[in-house]
Amino acid sequence: MGILEVKGVGKRFGGLQALGDVNLSVQENTVHAIIGPNGAGKSTLLNCLVGKLIPDTGSVMFDGQSVLGRSPHEINQMGISRVFQTPEIFADLTVLENVMIPCFARRDGSFRMHAFGSVRNESDMLEKAETMLDDVNMLSKAHLHAGSLSRGDKRRLEMAMCLVQEPRLLLLDEPTAGMARADTNNTIDLLKEIKTKRDITMCIIEHDMHVVFSLADRITVLAQGTPLVEDTPQNIKGHPKVREAYLGEAQV
Amino acid sequence: MFGLNKKDTSLLLVVAVLTLFAPFILNPFPTESGLAQFNAGYPDLMQRFVIFGIFAVGFNILFGLTGYLSFGHAAFLGVGSYSAVWMFKLLSMNVIPAIILSVIVAGLFALLIGFVSLRRSGIYFSILTLAFAQMSFNLAYSVLTPITNGETGLQLTLDDPRILGVSATADGSIPVTSLFGLEMRSTYEMAVAGWNFQFSAGYYLCAIIMLVSFYIAVRIFRSPFGLMLRAVKCNQNRMRYTGLNTRPYTLAAFVISGMYAGLAGGLMASMDPLAGAERMQWTASGEVVLMTILGGAGTLIGPVLGAGFIKYFENIFSKINDNVLHQWFGFLPDGIEDFVVFIIHPFIGKGWHLTLGILFMLVVIYLPGGLVEGGQRISRLFKKNKSSDDGAAAKTTPAE
Repeated sequence: MGILEVKGVGKRFGGLQALGDVNLSVQENTVHAIIGPNGAGKSTLLNCLVGKLIPDTGSVMFDGQSVLGRSPHEINQMGISRVFQTPEIFADLTVLENVMIPCFARRDGSFRMHAFGSVRNESDMLEKAETMLDDVNMLSKAHLHAGSLSRGDKRRLEMAMCLVQEPRLLLLDEPTAGMARADTNNTIDLLKEIKTKRDITMCIIEHDMHVVFSLADRITVLAQGTPLVEDTPQNIKGHPKVREAYLGEAQV
Repeated sequence: MFGLNKKDTSLLLVVAVLTLFAPFILNPFPTESGLAQFNAGYPDLMQRFVIFGIFAVGFNILFGLTGYLSFGHAAFLGVGSYSAVWMFKLLSMNVIPAIILSVIVAGLFALLIGFVSLRRSGIYFSILTLAFAQMSFNLAYSVLTPITNGETGLQLTLDDPRILGVSATADGSIPVTSLFGLEMRSTYEMAVAGWNFQFSAGYYLCAIIMLVSFYIAVRIFRSPFGLMLRAVKCNQNRMRYTGLNTRPYTLAAFVISGMYAGLAGGLMASMDPLAGAERMQWTASGEVVLMTILGGAGTLIGPVLGAGFIKYFENIFSKINDNVLHQWFGFLPDGIEDFVVFIIHPFIGKGWHLTLGILFMLVVIYLPGGLVEGGQRISRLFKKNKSSDDGAAAKTTPAE
């Protein structure tokens, strides 16, 4: 029984069957990658997991509880954090404030009218945020405006914002999309670093095979809204169905 | 001090000193001198400074922090005024229950309007609030005449019940508003040399309430709640996926700023116990937007400066007339004098909106951060000079 159990999920947009019958099980403390060519339904699946979309059929269980019908903030409070394709951060706030916000969200829940406290006096939260920033080597940038960071640092910051919540499941939506090879390698290193430093369950949606093979413990290949195969990276590499999905009819 | 850091404490103290000594500061010219018309140190105008200061500080909690631009905040001001006047009619002439009721009623009204309007953001939110405010204005103007007394405006009469007070004073006139017996209109005049300083009880009540509301605003700005409101302005998507529910945060900010507006309305009625529908009109809503942007949206002191700036120039320019101009330019030859007066004429008296419009454009174009940015540029200029004198490296401080 995995921490995330997706059973028979289907989603239709008008005439397009974006997801057919997706079954997926993510085990605790593993990195599970979902790959597939463009239009395979990867993002639709992810949006069903985080509450942005509600699937037409099937069920999504996280740690024994259904996430369907819950709003994104409720799902986050259950322990699922997500990283976006382009880093979503609070650009007008400082790096430290960016990391403190998820700390408050974890401590105070989805809403608290905490209008007479002072952010400066929240030493626990400050310490937690600073430790996290130190962990991702960004402590020296704590007082910079997040909007002024380089793209790589923005990604690092967003990751820190998710990790400081100690999520039970971290979802990554194409973390290297549109990146140059060097940036991609940096992101891979960052993710590897995170993986070795802490016990974390990650689910990566990715288009780029290179990223996935260097990180994942298990891979699900999605094509035209249905999972083709689920296996270890070694077995996936040479799988004829995968080659077919990516390269068209196999001529090997 | 007061749970604030050093910088905020000194800001609060500066504001406190400025407001408490306003009767002196705003009265720099002797009464008999030609410049006396630039004095602003009389109770009526000073009250307006601080009351609109409260209004703008509250508006800034919504607009400056969350970025939601409400175009209907005058509705809460109007509701506050009506509630206060009703309190004077029914209960007593004491201002405390009137002010409390106006804050509560405006808060409830803001809860209702905010609940509906905050379903949308950006321009749609602005339009929704504008629509609600115009609806309230029209209701007050015609439909709800029994409550609002329509276009005449709600006034006190001799046969109001006033259960805890008297319907009429011994000499048969309408009683005046007071704070436990201290009449709001009572003014102590102090004549020093050529100056005439006026200390009004009403002004000091407003000033103290303004200081308290300013202090509350500072606390909100620095609190985790304030941080969340700034996060709303930055990136609502990130907030939602960080486990935060944005709706109650925006609604709370909307209700708080509505209560500030209600407080301002209640104070307005306490100083002069009448309330008219025109207080809810869209021009009044626009005015507070102008004040906040002019002073510097999202800054603490900006809205107060903006309110003072607009109310001061409104008063000064509308007071100047052609006779005054002829006096000023009397030294010029006749033909040129008439010509100069003819050119300036549209910008003064009833045309003061034109001058204000030009000032507003200048500030927005050259100082997008408002008057506060102007102040920051000047202080930076001084610091630069100083540090180059000392030869010390400029120390960068983290942005607040």
